[in-house]
Amino acid sequence: SVNPDLASERQIASFSVEKLTALLDGSAEQTRIRRAVVEAIESDPVFSRENQYFQTQNERYESAVRKAVHLQKKMHEMGWTENGPEYKYIYRALSGDVAFLLHRVFMRSISVLGSDKQIAKWIPLATQHKLIGSYAQTELGHGTYLQGLETTAVFDIATQEFILNTPKISAMKWWPGDMGRSATHTVVFAQLYVHGKCYGIHPFIVQIRSLQDHSLCPGVTAGDIGPKMNFEHIDNGYLLLKNVRIPRENMLSKFCEVQPDGTYVKQGSQKINYFTMTTVRISLISDEVLTPLMKACTIAIRYSVVRRQSKLKPGEQEAKILDYQTQQEKLLPQLAAAYAFHFIDDYLQELFNRGYREIQKKNFDMLPELHALSSGFKAMITQHCTAGVEICLRACGGHGYSLLSGLPSLYTKILASCIYEGENTILLLQAARFLIKCFMAASAGQPVPLSATYLAAVKHGKCPAKNKLDFLSPDIYTEAYQHVAVRLTSSTAAKLQDLIQSGVKKHDAWNQCTVQLVQAAKAHCHYIAVKNFAETVEKLETKAGIQKIMKHLCDLFALHGIFSNTGAFLHDGYISAAQMDMVTASYLDLLAVIRKDAVPLVDAFDFTDKSLNSALGSYDGQVYQRLYKWAQKSPTNQMSPAYERYLKPLLHNTLSKL
Amino acid sequence: AAAMAVNADLQRERAAATFQPELLTHILDGGAERTRRRKEIEALVLNDPDFQHEDLNFLSRSQRYEQAIRKSSLMVMKLREYGIADPEEIYWFKSFVHRGRPEPLDLHLGMFLPTLLTQATPEQQDRFFMPAWNLEIIGTYAQTEMGHGTHLRGLETTATYDPSTQEFILNSPTVTSIKWWPGGLGKTSNHAIVLAQLYTQGQCKGLHAFIVPIRQLGTHEPLPGITVGDIGPKFGYDEMDNGYLKMDNFRIPRENMLMKYAQVEPDGTYVKPVSDKLTYGTMVFIRSFIVGDSARSLSRACTIAIRYSAVRHQSELKPGEPEPQILDYQTQQYKLFPLLATAYAFHFVGAYIKDTYHRISGDISTGDLSELPELHALTAGLKAFTSWTANSGIEECRMACGGHGYSRCSGIPDIYVTFTPSCTYEGENTVMMLQTARFLMKSYTQVTSGQQVTGMVSYLNDLSRQRIQPQHVAARAVTVRINDPTSLVEAYKSRAARLVESAAKNLQAELNHRKSKEDAWNRTSVDLVRASEAHCHYVIVKLFTAKLAEVSDAAVRAVLTDLCLLYALFGISKNTGDFLQAGILTSAQITQVNQHVKELLAVIRPNAVALVDSFDFHDVHLGSVLGRYDGNVYENMFEWAKKSPLNKTQVHESFHKHLKPMQAKL
Repeated sequence: SVNPDLASERQIASFSVEKLTALLDGSAEQTRIRRAVVEAIESDPVFSRENQYFQTQNERYESAVRKAVHLQKKMHEMGWTENGPEYKYIYRALSGDVAFLLHRVFMRSISVLGSDKQIAKWIPLATQHKLIGSYAQTELGHGTYLQGLETTAVFDIATQEFILNTPKISAMKWWPGDMGRSATHTVVFAQLYVHGKCYGIHPFIVQIRSLQDHSLCPGVTAGDIGPKMNFEHIDNGYLLLKNVRIPRENMLSKFCEVQPDGTYVKQGSQKINYFTMTTVRISLISDEVLTPLMKACTIAIRYSVVRRQSKLKPGEQEAKILDYQTQQEKLLPQLAAAYAFHFIDDYLQELFNRGYREIQKKNFDMLPELHALSSGFKAMITQHCTAGVEICLRACGGHGYSLLSGLPSLYTKILASCIYEGENTILLLQAARFLIKCFMAASAGQPVPLSATYLAAVKHGKCPAKNKLDFLSPDIYTEAYQHVAVRLTSSTAAKLQDLIQSGVKKHDAWNQCTVQLVQAAKAHCHYIAVKNFAETVEKLETKAGIQKIMKHLCDLFALHGIFSNTGAFLHDGYISAAQMDMVTASYLDLLAVIRKDAVPLVDAFDFTDKSLNSALGSYDGQVYQRLYKWAQKSPTNQMSPAYERYLKPLLHNTLSKL
Repeated sequence: AAAMAVNADLQRERAAATFQPELLTHILDGGAERTRRRKEIEALVLNDPDFQHEDLNFLSRSQRYEQAIRKSSLMVMKLREYGIADPEEIYWFKSFVHRGRPEPLDLHLGMFLPTLLTQATPEQQDRFFMPAWNLEIIGTYAQTEMGHGTHLRGLETTATYDPSTQEFILNSPTVTSIKWWPGGLGKTSNHAIVLAQLYTQGQCKGLHAFIVPIRQLGTHEPLPGITVGDIGPKFGYDEMDNGYLKMDNFRIPRENMLMKYAQVEPDGTYVKPVSDKLTYGTMVFIRSFIVGDSARSLSRACTIAIRYSAVRHQSELKPGEPEPQILDYQTQQYKLFPLLATAYAFHFVGAYIKDTYHRISGDISTGDLSELPELHALTAGLKAFTSWTANSGIEECRMACGGHGYSRCSGIPDIYVTFTPSCTYEGENTVMMLQTARFLMKSYTQVTSGQQVTGMVSYLNDLSRQRIQPQHVAARAVTVRINDPTSLVEAYKSRAARLVESAAKNLQAELNHRKSKEDAWNRTSVDLVRASEAHCHYVIVKLFTAKLAEVSDAAVRAVLTDLCLLYALFGISKNTGDFLQAGILTSAQITQVNQHVKELLAVIRPNAVALVDSFDFHDVHLGSVLGRYDGNVYENMFEWAKKSPLNKTQVHESFHKHLKPMQAKL
């Protein structure tokens, strides 16, 4: 039965939870499809994550491989295909606990970077799992900075082969998923040399393990890189290549090709090499970043209405901890951010689909903007959501620290996202480079991409708000965000120019401004996120209370951003000291308003208990019973050899003889 | 691994330092003699083959527990063999043996024995102390329950006195009342000091402590009526058997209640304790320890991140030149140097609290407890402030190491998961901040009613004067000198005063809306936490600044002054809104502050490695491939990875079990 403290929260919802779920999914039909996929996966015992918290790295890996293999069978049984509507829900239903994820990246890089002939050869093999692919870019010594990679591929005209080598220890491939134990093939990024000339980084398909007995191919050393904070189920690997020869046809050559005589031919923009990464950055937001934050919010908020602690009023029952303002101030902004980022994800998806269609037509005009937006938002969203999950974890006190709460694994998993697919600081600087360019162009009266046109319209003036209710107007706060973004970009651009004019070299000037540039890029993304949330709310249907509650969340998201970064808004007096007190007052008022709908708002994320895998966050709120039951399953509660070996001699007087 | 030459980058860094790291180490240790003694004890442990073992990262939880128990038993024997008895020396020894990690006897040594000493009657000490000292009795301290932590009054375990048998009957009446979390309870201990609501003659007398045997001496089996076990896997603390304990009508003799203060007489008559102010003292002591732990944990993370950043080269700063050390990037310096400064600041704060505690403890025996309430209130806030900051700081250090920081070989994940529970234990941080706020509000009320307050809150005395001069605040802005730590202390003081006053006024406004006291407090609590934070921040800047004058070596003082300035200025640049809104600093000054922060980064840069070397962590204690003293990072990462459990066989068994059958079918 449902804990009455949780049941009572659901009775007072101001909106239709089912309608909100449909909105998040895109439509009621999508919700239906998603639930069917989840049901099919969760009812199959092979996919169970029940004992996950008790397993070793080896057990986790084996189980992930087993699931990946079983998934093929399952998909066939269910009639799910890679192009079908169900496909995108499978990963979410598995909570990512499955091997061969890099196999998909392997396939995608071949589709994007390979010639038609290469696609025709490799994609069917990969689709039928006759080989298992990986994607080997990062090295021990280099990550985000690709030009620095040290693996070499030298073309040998005599045999029409590339000879791949790892010339030094820092050039060893390090981190690629599925490569430590599973993969038979991988796309290796290496510096291409023809006739002694270096042509930069290019992708090569390299077989690393035998298709017969899985032993390593001659010249290949590979293995697992050892335990990490999470991803115990993935065999992130290392790879050392020693004179490994591959045929000329294995260089992915949609855009660049080495002809039999060694002539290097470029066709189209080199930038396309980065497009794979750019799309991966966007595609990871939903499953790898938003889902963990939504799950963490669900767990922390449900637990916070079940947990009662201390008294708010003398003589009354102990209060639900969610009734404490400080607890609301921790959790509710995370909830608002989860919604804000869900909507920005929609916006980015749409933009990227458009960009992808253009790029297929070999029109690269949108690339700089897409690249900047994907970099900036990847950094901003991963950073916010990672911090958010950690706040949820700590908001659950001691029990949050138990693996059984589900929160530590959500946290350790999401925080990897701040690094993979581009280290966040570097990505923000890339976004900033685009912003500065746009700002300069706009100042010179040249056209700039849509997302940056606001930089042209530098408006002076002050925030017009007269009372705290004015700060619930999207125009007021969106303008404030815009003002800060423009101010930070323009002042940094001015600083850069000053430095350069005073004789500082361009690159030195850039390094001296990087702290400000990072702030400008963040402000830009924050502005777009607020603006997009406000515009989304505007378009929502007014029925069923959805628009009203989303408006509250949008206000909270915006005001929380101001409240936690007051200096940026006060700096040039755009918002006055008195107005800042209004912001604070409005913000704190909103917490109490949203508090009432907090549980329905996380219910709308529609996670099953199995997918949450949390003793604290289950739908029925039977927190303590579940915690007790799960703890008893811990392997540490089987008789441990420690007693016979160490405790017994310790307790039986060996010491007192000293 | 074979001894390798020190990495050339690190050699260069060390040669370029402007001061002698040992001198700074002496300051951190509290004198050259203490440094010598610490290293002596360190050598005792590190050269002892009994304390060697496989890298813990490759062991399962049960194996880690087993290693910890093995080492703990040896540790207790060797401590006595070597005659180490000074608490700080014991702490060093233990910390080297367990490499900064918790261990299953922590609660026995840290809580069970001391509690017997302070709360047991002489008769009880006779019965329990020597067996416990000899580890025939291993005890833990069972306070926290599944349903209640920091809010002690809410604990539900009951101890009902039965005069007919002269026994207490212990019960866990609800699921939420099950004892949950105590360290060493799950598998190790055979006794526990249990906190329970005492019922006698039909009345509840509140929480009291009872010595409860939980496992059979000899067989170690749980006693009838006792359900005990391990609470399962956690974020960290793998070597600790945090446990649960459920009691069903479990009877213990009357004499097992700790009765030095409160007593239950044979007929059930309850005798009240004289004073419970002493328990304040213990809490202050433990919290001061957490402040020190915040400093140490953050120092370790900084050591790793800064050394690694000096070894790692990436990208280009100048076209055509070799890849620079990542420590040369402004953004990297901006991430790490303020944390380095913070680690130093917290070291000095921890030392201050410890010294003050020892001074006041002297007064406790002579009867002057007047300073205790303020110290208690201050340590609550400082515990929260420093542990929150260190918690996020450790994560920033890890993040600054990029992908390799995520590998367990970096050592930072372990530092983080070991440290992060200190935000929760010994008082949940938000609750701690609100305790400090309560003291601040009390002090503010005293000032407004015309009384003077003393100590760290004495700045509140100035508030009443300021009201007579409305221009005062604005006039002060120009007087802040951003190159002068003393002047920055004043700026922080003004900020604290402003936020305390604003919280007090908001609280009053809520009360004026005829809300109940508790409601008003709750609706102001976000403001109250901000006020406490500002107060703690002020105290830290003040203490760091005060420390500078005590440093005799000019070169060390110069580098510490840079760090102190960076700490103070970075704090302003992260909280510009507070300083702007209160009119303490102008926008132009804020711009200067931001600029000066960046200049200081460049100033500190040449000393960065020497500044982490001064923390003087031995490689074994640091437990990090990235942070090795010799900087040979990549070679050793490869060596480390080869030992991974997944690499035990060349072809993993999953291939035969799953992959091959799949490929055969397709």
